[in-house]
Amino acid sequence: MWEEFPLIPPQASTFAERVDMLYYFITGVSIFFGALIFLLVIFFAIKYRRRSETEVPKPVHGSLALELTWSIIPFCLAMTMFGWGASIYFDMYHRVPENALEISVIGKQWMWHFQHPTGQREINTLHIPTGRPVRLTMATEDVIHSLYIPAFRVKKDVVPGRYTTLWFEATQPGTYHLFCAEYCGTKHSQMGGSVIAMEPAHYQQWLASVGAQAEAAPTDQIAAASPVEAGQKLFRQLNCHTCHMAGPLGMGPSLIGIFGQRVTLETGETVRVDEAYIRESILAPRAKIVLGYKPAMPTFQGQVTEQQIMQLIAYIKSLK
Amino acid sequence: METNVVGVDQSSSGEPSAPPRVHYLNAAYGIGSWLLTKDHKRIALLYLLSVTFFFFIGGFFAVLIRLELITPPGDLMQSETYNKMFTMHGVLMIFFFLIPAIPAVLGNFLVPMMIGARDLAFPRINLLSWYIYSIGGLLGMGAVIFGGVDTGWTFYTPYSSTYSNSNVILAALGAFVAGFSSILTGLNFIVTIHKMRAPGLTWSRLPLFIWAHYATSIIQILGTPVVAIAIVLVALERLFHIGIFDPKLGGDPLLFQHLFWFYSHPAVYIMILPAMGVINELITCFSRKRIFGYHFIAGSSIAIAVLGFLVWGHHMFTSGQSIYGGFVFSVLSMLVAIPSAIKVFNWTATFYKGSISYQAPMLYAFGFIGLFTIGGLTGLFLATTAIDVHLHDTYFVVAHFHYIMVGGTIMGYLGGLHYWWPKMTGKIYPEGWARFAALVIFVGFNLTFLPQFILGYLGMPRRYHYYPEEFQVLNVMSSAGASILGVGYLIPMVYFVWSLRYGKASAQNPWGAHGLEWETSSPPPTENFEKQPIVTHEPYDYTPKPEEVAVV
Ligand code: HEM
Ligand SMILES: [Cu+2]
Repeated sequence: MWEEFPLIPPQASTFAERVDMLYYFITGVSIFFGALIFLLVIFFAIKYRRRSETEVPKPVHGSLALELTWSIIPFCLAMTMFGWGASIYFDMYHRVPENALEISVIGKQWMWHFQHPTGQREINTLHIPTGRPVRLTMATEDVIHSLYIPAFRVKKDVVPGRYTTLWFEATQPGTYHLFCAEYCGTKHSQMGGSVIAMEPAHYQQWLASVGAQAEAAPTDQIAAASPVEAGQKLFRQLNCHTCHMAGPLGMGPSLIGIFGQRVTLETGETVRVDEAYIRESILAPRAKIVLGYKPAMPTFQGQVTEQQIMQLIAYIKSLK
Repeated sequence: METNVVGVDQSSSGEPSAPPRVHYLNAAYGIGSWLLTKDHKRIALLYLLSVTFFFFIGGFFAVLIRLELITPPGDLMQSETYNKMFTMHGVLMIFFFLIPAIPAVLGNFLVPMMIGARDLAFPRINLLSWYIYSIGGLLGMGAVIFGGVDTGWTFYTPYSSTYSNSNVILAALGAFVAGFSSILTGLNFIVTIHKMRAPGLTWSRLPLFIWAHYATSIIQILGTPVVAIAIVLVALERLFHIGIFDPKLGGDPLLFQHLFWFYSHPAVYIMILPAMGVINELITCFSRKRIFGYHFIAGSSIAIAVLGFLVWGHHMFTSGQSIYGGFVFSVLSMLVAIPSAIKVFNWTATFYKGSISYQAPMLYAFGFIGLFTIGGLTGLFLATTAIDVHLHDTYFVVAHFHYIMVGGTIMGYLGGLHYWWPKMTGKIYPEGWARFAALVIFVGFNLTFLPQFILGYLGMPRRYHYYPEEFQVLNVMSSAGASILGVGYLIPMVYFVWSLRYGKASAQNPWGAHGLEWETSSPPPTENFEKQPIVTHEPYDYTPKPEEVAVV
């Protein structure tokens, strides 16, 4: 019976069970208080129904003790829910494991592009290994989207102009829904497909087979190049290297080993070089000028797609 | 019903030879006397007509949406049409029905009557606000007629400001204009409540309906300007490509969400607080009891109004805002649940040892308590960050806010309309039909929206035109419920209109209720009271004076 009428989606990530436990707790509390109110109202309504027009009800004005009781108990329960929820939320959005598999995601009206670290690209389907944390770095080409995988109990908006990240670890091989959850225009409800979680060995096989296909006949969807390789090619095509790789006398700072470091700006502030900083430097180079350099870099706004920016970032990250 | 008619209205059913009594309805005739009226009671009726009109148009779109969702593929209309349907449903229902319904109809009629005043403080502004509201409504309708809008009622940027190629400006302008009407009504109520109370009507003797409207008015005048600014900014970006929300132009998309929810979360309290105000009146009258914990109920209205301004960020737990921000908004949202809980417990306690009768308005009040309780409890899920991550933008949210705003507000509105109908029109509606309608609405409502909680937890996102097949059974249940609910909402329409012509004349106080509005004839004279009332009692003084109580 419950096979055909499930009340919860499949539990397929390390978060799923934790979220469901809390869900059962809140459901229990809600059913208890809901039932309490309904039964009391029904009981009183029957017991104290009006029997005659001249009936005089007993005056009851209020009770401070009662008011305090029914404020403090709900308060304590609500704070429990808050604390419990906050601890899961913190792990979900903050504690990204170090060894996570990095996949880049671009949302676009109306499809999802994914690229694996080894280069394989796919649209609206995401293959992942089980038993290993996966970290998605997400950007959008146009409006706000939101990546939602109910079986994993995770969701995160993808916001224009910034990178958002999401991580999860699949526990069960299987095929699960992948949705866009933020209304994004005409085909919003068709923006999505599936997440296919596979045993790590199968995932490797899959990567290899897609790689082989790509080498045989490269298409837009199945690329041969990894993001780093693609980024390196772009770096040359866009002539970034003329300024940034010309040694200590170049027009721009060298990018070797820069990722994760702090750099000092003209204003004296320091900033950490992360994905968002590199993206900003490509699109709005004058926003933050590194100390000792002229604001000479042109903007690449409109010349590179979000996907290409991600590839450039992957390349810069790889420069050791 | 008959047993409850305490006295027959002398003037309206007196000897046939007596001239008909002059009251606000027959004091002047002709369209002009209505369109130029400064009488708050007539303005309330103007609002009643317009609000009902928008309710049924909005309802029509709802029916189409539910029809479409009976099957997983979008086979009835195209996605673009579907998106326009739910947008117009939302825009009309929120800005042109739920927000104005109780304050503008019942509040307008009753605030002066309940405090013993002749009219609102600014009668001309009151009329003006109806015109402003109507102009807003026409702009909104214009947006529909000239091709529709597809942004959703939340108008999220940069979709609304840059990408959508629909009538965003017209629809947003409609909401913007209607906002001014809301602000003016709020101002009018605040001044009236401060300045025009009858002698003896101290703050702690104010009916809770007045307290609720007072709290609501504060939200209206503080919150509405913010959404108005947000709307203007969207229009500026659309028209002149000024970078405010679209990062391609140098803006920030999340700024809009902050501005929007800063108003729109408190706005849900603009809808629900007046309904709670109505429920207080109904419960006391039909249990013949003073409300339990008067000061706590009044205080909780103010607490909700204040806290309501501090929780907007709970709509943004998945947006990428700082997780610490998320924690703060989560705690504050939990805190708003407390004053709501206090109200529910106090209503329940009011029934204890009461003398409860099941007249139609009371059935609506029972319905309100049921739906509001479910809506409030499910709010706890959404306020819990980790659960909201999964539930955000799913059908769970749709169910939750329908329970609160639609279930709660409409039950309160209909309950109030039934309760004060004899006062407003001088006519009695058929009691049996009214009880039947209350039942149909309650059943239809739950059948429509309970399955949506499950759908949401299963992962069906909202605003979906196509959905996976396994969600169909629950969607069919919901659509079936919606058709029952639709019938439920139509029945009162019919018997209310019927009662205007065929209904029996009502007594001055058909329910044996307390409150100044019952101390004048039905329908009231234009100046409300023949002579200035003076208040000497607590509100809801259903308890007999000590000397009257022989045996307890
Ligand atoms: C006074 C009654 C209430 C009203 C009128 C109300 C109304 C609403 C509305 C309209 C939404 C939908 C927003 C959207 O379009 O996404 C919503 C969502 C929400 N409500 Fe309520 N609500 C009420 C009570 C509560 C309570 C008591 C809580 C907390 C305990 C709560 C917590 C939430 C949360 C956290 C969301 C955001 C859910 C999301 O977007 O994922 N609400 N509410
Ligand atoms: Cu999308």
